[in-house]
Amino acid sequence: MAPNPHLEGALKDFEVSSEPSYPFPHRYHPPRPADEEGDDELDNRMIINIGPSHPAMHGTIKMVVELDGETITAVDVQPGYLHRGFEKEAEAHTYHQVIPYTDRLNYCSPLINNFGYCETVEKLFGVDVPDRCDYIRVIMSELSRITDHLTCIGAALMELGAMTAFLYFIEQRDYLWEHIAHVTGARLTQSYGRVGGVARDVTPEWLERTLYLVREQLVPRLADLHGLADRNRIFIDRMRGVGIVSREQAISYGFTGPVLRSTGVQLDCRRYAPYSIYDRFEFDVPIGKYGDNYDRYFVRMREMEESIRIVEQAIAGIPEGPIRSPDPRVSLPPKEEVYGNIEALMNHFKLVMEGPRPPPGEAYHAVEGANGELGYYVVSDGSGRPYKCRVRPPSFIHMGGIHLMLLGHQVADIVPVFGQVNMVGGECDR
Amino acid sequence: MSEPQAHTLSPSLSRVLAVLGDKVLGFHDRLGDDTVVIRAEDVVLVARTLRDEPTLQFDFLMDQTAVDWPEEEPRFELVYHFFSTKYFHRLRLKFRVPAQDPSCDSLAPLWGSADWMEREVFDMVGIRFRGHPDLRRILLYDEFEGHPLRKDYPKEAAQPLFEPRYWGSREHEDPAQARGGDLKTL
Repeated sequence: MAPNPHLEGALKDFEVSSEPSYPFPHRYHPPRPADEEGDDELDNRMIINIGPSHPAMHGTIKMVVELDGETITAVDVQPGYLHRGFEKEAEAHTYHQVIPYTDRLNYCSPLINNFGYCETVEKLFGVDVPDRCDYIRVIMSELSRITDHLTCIGAALMELGAMTAFLYFIEQRDYLWEHIAHVTGARLTQSYGRVGGVARDVTPEWLERTLYLVREQLVPRLADLHGLADRNRIFIDRMRGVGIVSREQAISYGFTGPVLRSTGVQLDCRRYAPYSIYDRFEFDVPIGKYGDNYDRYFVRMREMEESIRIVEQAIAGIPEGPIRSPDPRVSLPPKEEVYGNIEALMNHFKLVMEGPRPPPGEAYHAVEGANGELGYYVVSDGSGRPYKCRVRPPSFIHMGGIHLMLLGHQVADIVPVFGQVNMVGGECDR
Repeated sequence: MSEPQAHTLSPSLSRVLAVLGDKVLGFHDRLGDDTVVIRAEDVVLVARTLRDEPTLQFDFLMDQTAVDWPEEEPRFELVYHFFSTKYFHRLRLKFRVPAQDPSCDSLAPLWGSADWMEREVFDMVGIRFRGHPDLRRILLYDEFEGHPLRKDYPKEAAQPLFEPRYWGSREHEDPAQARGGDLKTL
């Protein structure tokens, strides 16, 4: 691995932040022992199904929960209700046609999915994208991260009864989505990434308005929410000490993103393996201390501030230039050439009908999605369609270990835990 | 899998090769992804070494998946991605299992994340993991026939209809059946 200027600091912080993992014992209810006279587990325990269609199970997922009174003693999480066969579909489409499918993975931050996929295919090809494209990708990714965190925190607070926070945040999210739509043409499923570049260029006015939106609109609303929630007694009672997961558990279960960072592990793809141009920006990787819901909430709030910092630096430094790689293997030729000469026409035809053909090989590339490490593993057999296109979905991995956060807590705690893990159904089930 | 000539390996891959020794069947670092190929029967031993060896410390099992190569033998290629929070390096581990007995040892005793990822590989490709505590379908339903990510499964294949299940009805005398499977208990 190339020497990484950020590595030293990251290692140091990682060592420092080891803390006792369970400082809130009153939140934990050990299971009651079974009665003497050989009682069946179903006599005292009740089994309830939560979901798959339940207002608090955003997306669709089912939890079968075994209760002893109000205490959760066992849980089985059953995903799959939103399974659309992403990998099977990807194998039947050309590399460019897969991009709209990646939108639908995490529909709260589709652009990060787009760019992660495009960067993986670019890695297979060995194409470099122009500088301006990298900057646009960073700006768009960070705006998407902000919208994802706004959705997560807004929805989680609403489920706890704080309608105001929800309206504040969804308003901001919609401003950002409409703003992104001015460039991408779509509000939600943007399909803006291209292998070797992005679809459309941004204008200086758009960049200016981005700054206005994050500085004048978003920052005051974040401050409002800090004022509303941070020291709110009800909020703290519901969040502090609930859903605790230790560092060792989190690493063993493969948690990444805010869920892992809330336990004190300073792990962020943008920092330890800077893909794209993230090594050019200054930003902090916020971490929590106890790994509970409150820390996850706070890590997300702080991450939005760091994303704003990155957006400001990227807008200050964005260079002029092309937005797509001129490599004819991946990029469509300019329209005037397609109409003007036979080589460009053939190139266009081949790229559209057969798809770009990367050399045989395999590549794994991970980007920092809003919920954690979003990895793509693409295998090419030299044809225009991926032989294998595997997504490492952070939500799926998180749901595989959510029982660690739920066991011993109460039924009502399922809702905030689930909200702060921020499972996105499209990504979990693919 | 020939040894690359006139090409220096990354330090982490060199360390991996030195530690694993003759367990390694082949290796490469094309496109910057360190890759090691091993035998299927060595997977638990190798994975434990990767995790516990102080100079490697691959404490994250990031990803598990399987690739189907129907024309080749052995047919199924299992691909694991490891990551180390200590050294920030990655490793891809690959091995193959034959079509007539698509099974290998489970990593679920070593990593919690292997639990669901192996269930998904079982569900999608039909690899059976020996020693997995709870190997059942995860994204698809129990009545699903076949394994859709095998190359010989047609994309448009239809599935048979089945009777609706009524959860918790009186016909389910067995509590485990009533709740659909094993629960994760305290």
